Amino acid sequence: MTDMLVPPAQDLFHDWRDGDTWLAGGTLIFSQPMPHLRRLRDLSDTGWQSITVSEAGLEIAATCGITELHEFKPPEHWRAGPFLRQSVEEYLASFKVWNRQTVGGNICASLPAGPMVTMGAALEAQYKLLAMDGSDRIVPAINFVTGDNTNILQPGELLRSIHLPMASLMRNYTLRRFSLTKHGRSSIYLVGTHDTKSSEILITVSAATIHPVHLRFTGLPSSEQVRKAVDQLIPAKLYFDDPNGTPAHRRHLTYVFAEQIRTELSAS
Amino acid sequence: MAIRVNGRTFEAAPNPGQCLRTFLRELGLHGVKKGCDSGDCGACTVWLDGEPVHSCLVSAVQAERHEITTIEGLADGDNLHPMQEQFLKACAFQCGFCTAGMIMTCAGMNEEQRADLPAAMRGSLCRCTGYRAIEDALNAVTNIDEAPAAGKAVGASVGPADGRGIVTGTAQYTLDHDITGLLHLKVVRSPHAHARVLSIDTSAAKAVPGVVAVYTWEDVPDKLYDTAGHENHLVDPDDTRMLDQVARFIGQRMVAVVAESVGAAEEGCRQVAIEWQELPAVFDPSAAMQPGAPLLHEGSTLDGHLKRPASNILLEFNKSRGDVEAGFAQAHIVHEATYNTPRMAQAPLETHGSVTWIDETGVLQVRTSTQTPFLAQAKLCYLFDLHASEIRLFSKRVGGGFGSKQEVFTEDLCLLATLDTGRPVQWEFTREEEFYGAAPRHPMRVIVKLGALADGTLTAMKMDVTSNTGAYGNHGGEVLYASSNSMTWYRCNNKQYDGRAVYTNNVPSGAMRGYGAVQTTFAIECAIDELASALGIDSLEMRRRNVVVPGDDVGIERSPGDDVLGGYCLDECMELVETAMARGNGVEAPSGDDWRVGSGYAISMFESSPPTEHRSEASVTLLADSTYQVNVGTCEFGNGTTTAQAQFTATALNTTVDRVTVVHGDTAASGWDTGAFASAGLNVAGKAVALAAQALQLKIVNFASRYLGVEPNDCVLGADEVRSGKASVSLVELFAAAEDAGVTLAQARRAYGSPISNGFNVHGVRLAINTTTGDIVFLQVAHAVDAGTVINPMALRGQVEGAVVMGIGGAVTEWFQNGPRGEVLNPGLRMYRIPNFADAPKVEVYVPGTADKFGPFGAKGAGEPPIDPVAPAIANAIADATGVRFRDLPFAPPLIFAALQPTAAAQP
Repeated sequence: MTDMLVPPAQDLFHDWRDGDTWLAGGTLIFSQPMPHLRRLRDLSDTGWQSITVSEAGLEIAATCGITELHEFKPPEHWRAGPFLRQSVEEYLASFKVWNRQTVGGNICASLPAGPMVTMGAALEAQYKLLAMDGSDRIVPAINFVTGDNTNILQPGELLRSIHLPMASLMRNYTLRRFSLTKHGRSSIYLVGTHDTKSSEILITVSAATIHPVHLRFTGLPSSEQVRKAVDQLIPAKLYFDDPNGTPAHRRHLTYVFAEQIRTELSAS
Repeated sequence: MAIRVNGRTFEAAPNPGQCLRTFLRELGLHGVKKGCDSGDCGACTVWLDGEPVHSCLVSAVQAERHEITTIEGLADGDNLHPMQEQFLKACAFQCGFCTAGMIMTCAGMNEEQRADLPAAMRGSLCRCTGYRAIEDALNAVTNIDEAPAAGKAVGASVGPADGRGIVTGTAQYTLDHDITGLLHLKVVRSPHAHARVLSIDTSAAKAVPGVVAVYTWEDVPDKLYDTAGHENHLVDPDDTRMLDQVARFIGQRMVAVVAESVGAAEEGCRQVAIEWQELPAVFDPSAAMQPGAPLLHEGSTLDGHLKRPASNILLEFNKSRGDVEAGFAQAHIVHEATYNTPRMAQAPLETHGSVTWIDETGVLQVRTSTQTPFLAQAKLCYLFDLHASEIRLFSKRVGGGFGSKQEVFTEDLCLLATLDTGRPVQWEFTREEEFYGAAPRHPMRVIVKLGALADGTLTAMKMDVTSNTGAYGNHGGEVLYASSNSMTWYRCNNKQYDGRAVYTNNVPSGAMRGYGAVQTTFAIECAIDELASALGIDSLEMRRRNVVVPGDDVGIERSPGDDVLGGYCLDECMELVETAMARGNGVEAPSGDDWRVGSGYAISMFESSPPTEHRSEASVTLLADSTYQVNVGTCEFGNGTTTAQAQFTATALNTTVDRVTVVHGDTAASGWDTGAFASAGLNVAGKAVALAAQALQLKIVNFASRYLGVEPNDCVLGADEVRSGKASVSLVELFAAAEDAGVTLAQARRAYGSPISNGFNVHGVRLAINTTTGDIVFLQVAHAVDAGTVINPMALRGQVEGAVVMGIGGAVTEWFQNGPRGEVLNPGLRMYRIPNFADAPKVEVYVPGTADKFGPFGAKGAGEPPIDPVAPAIANAIADATGVRFRDLPFAPPLIFAALQPTAAAQP
């Protein structure tokens, strides 16, 4: 590492070079050796508004701190409002990490157990990405993470913001999480949301799989339908195999938790 | 740039890639510790604008925008911050290495965080205490006895002399000092499990700016040695080279790079090009013993060690008494099963590290994180052909050891580089290196066969142990030897032990708390439970019918031994735990259909001194200001032995502990000490101190009687004076008189670890286990420990709680995982989970306090062995809860699931 640059907010990609990377809170970049990096592009001066509430939903800047999200008080009529805070709490990292880490940083780390990855996928977020050529694109959260620590970002591409649609925030929700130790990293994290008008149920499977998976049901599904969906949409190779869980245990708990979520949401 | 720290402005320029932790330490703020460098342990916690952060994860450049507070800036001058005061009064630390970060975390919590400590304390790891004392600190509980009266220190909860330094971040640990011109050492580690070096190209590494030297196998002394430390080096095989031409496990150090900065040394390592010839490798000890298996130390000359080089067998032990086959024939029931225990990481918060330099007189100085200064010095003397007078080796406060620092892992290469360059050289392990550069617990496969009559009386005991020593034999023999002890606490005339330590291409195993005992205690105590269950006999009753009692032999062989029952209270320990468990604690299992509840017990007996030779020489000296100085070679790493030694001294000399200074852990400051392991810090070094203090008391009284012209028997030594009736002389005056008379008021004594007194531990646990998830919740944990006469109740309780929680770690949370090539899959505190605050249950500690006939002041060192019966008690409770017997550790949820629901687990 030889250099640090604070790019001007109006020209974030100014003088992009090989070996550059974005620096927000730094909790990932400083947690392990990254000898390939040559320059950090500090996002401290972007001035992006962390959290913006509108009729369309919630706009979270990528640079929004985890602690800021935790302290955000959503309008009471948002049925999924408490989930924002819960997403942070269902998290291995300590509040001392939250004090530095950003929402966007956690998403871009794209770890299977990333809680912001789960939140984005479960609430069907739209991610706005800025490219070096000045263009931007909007992608659904469920398509962003492609595997353990991999995602769709092109070189230099920057996650600008996370849009949580009002329709998602107005859904009922429930969640099931399991970690091998108390307050440990998620071994499996399932979130179910329920649109009471359309009766749609969406179960997001994360942490157990190398990227989040949606199990979507129009109308209340049966146990059998849930189990079938798990089998069809999560092939064996998608279950994550790491020191924090086994594929067999994760699949087993996926069945169990998906069924629990189905039962609970069906009653709501 | 200008950076504000603790209200001061520092002008300094951090590197763009530098984290705040290393930057602050460069400013001399050594209270900011390194535990993991990954945001998991919290030892480096500081405040940014009053908010706690892990400084290892913060960009030093970004920190310029904030007001930084470190532990050094927390107190208001001499007035401690309330949280510092609370940690001091609760004695919420042992080694103290995590304490600065703990205090910064706890002092920085808001009300909401205080209300949910298990959640708020994730990211704050302590390996010593088991967290209870830390919770006490948060609740402003006082655990220490302030200033016990003169002569009353033994039996009081005396806080450590270093306490204030620990809570203010000023207590010095190994690398907490600045040396100008310091070079940094890093190593290239083998990516192959077994391979021969064909060539090494160091030219690119040497060309890296800042790199000063690169060392390969061609640059080190042509000597075979062993990294383990024992009084008799012949108990360990000479199978290791400082840098070898053959790699025998993934992670073996191959090339050392020395540079002006850590970064340059790391870059130098990346630029070393090694051409390899890969060799076949073997990882399972059973496979390693088969004919045709790849041989690790073929053709070596390990005299007296490599028993069967063609089978990779390092060493075998066979011991027996009576006739086991006749015993099994006589039995009404025979139980036989195989138990497997895994690797486990000691994970002290302070990683291994050394710094070496040459002082102005030409003496080599080695400042290192060790439990055995004299043994490490002797090893370096051997390696570099030095005389002991040419090298001083010392430790400051050591940030935890648990056995891992009873080895020479970093000192040798630093010294090599200092001798070559003439400059100071430092090597600090990363957290990852602790997992493949140090030496975890030996995995063992233990086959137990027990025979018993219908009434439970044991008729025969047989144990067969295969220990996986990994690529090198450090501690392989002694751990194996110790593994046989688990057969000694049951009286049975027919016993047979067969054990072997086997080389494999895995990370070498080494010393860890519960040395060889944890593994076989698990096997024996599960087997006894299984046998009791088959006979329909209550688990503790089964033990009562079979345990040794005073008058019994406690060996396996019928040979003269120096093991003794110097103070027996096993019966009382069992009763204390049984009563506690019967009383219960009102904690209920989580609600839900898939929770099962069960209880389990296990017992163990331990030797309070090492089985091989162990000796210590200590001295006590009266100083001019009527204080005393103790010089003793043992180390302080949270074991509390220096505090106990001060208590012995204060009691023997009828003074107060604040008038006793213990100088320790320095080859230049005391006579020989074998080292702080196997409870010897109390039982051997402590005994030497006690004997020296008692001898000095006599000497002072005798000198005073001459000086006063009275009978010695009439003289009473007090804290300030010696009095005889109305006549008295102050110690200040007496000291001056002795100086004039050419008399030194000092005494030295030597002590040995013989006879070896046995002590006991009894563990009871009630737990709930979730049959769906495999999760375990501890409902009640009760532990009775035999520590002889209790020297320091608070310190003892802390040791027991820490050991029990470490046992829970090894049984449940810590899952050391290796890949198919022996590579460590989870080398870090994020994925190798030592218990955190939320994982650690409250431990009820019971202490009979039966005096030992041989220990100093009737004490037995008891900090190490409470870990021994924890895992089997948990296994017995799980069996009670589920009806399923788990014979392989650890009990991680995915493994529990696989056993409870084999069909679901086997789905393709």
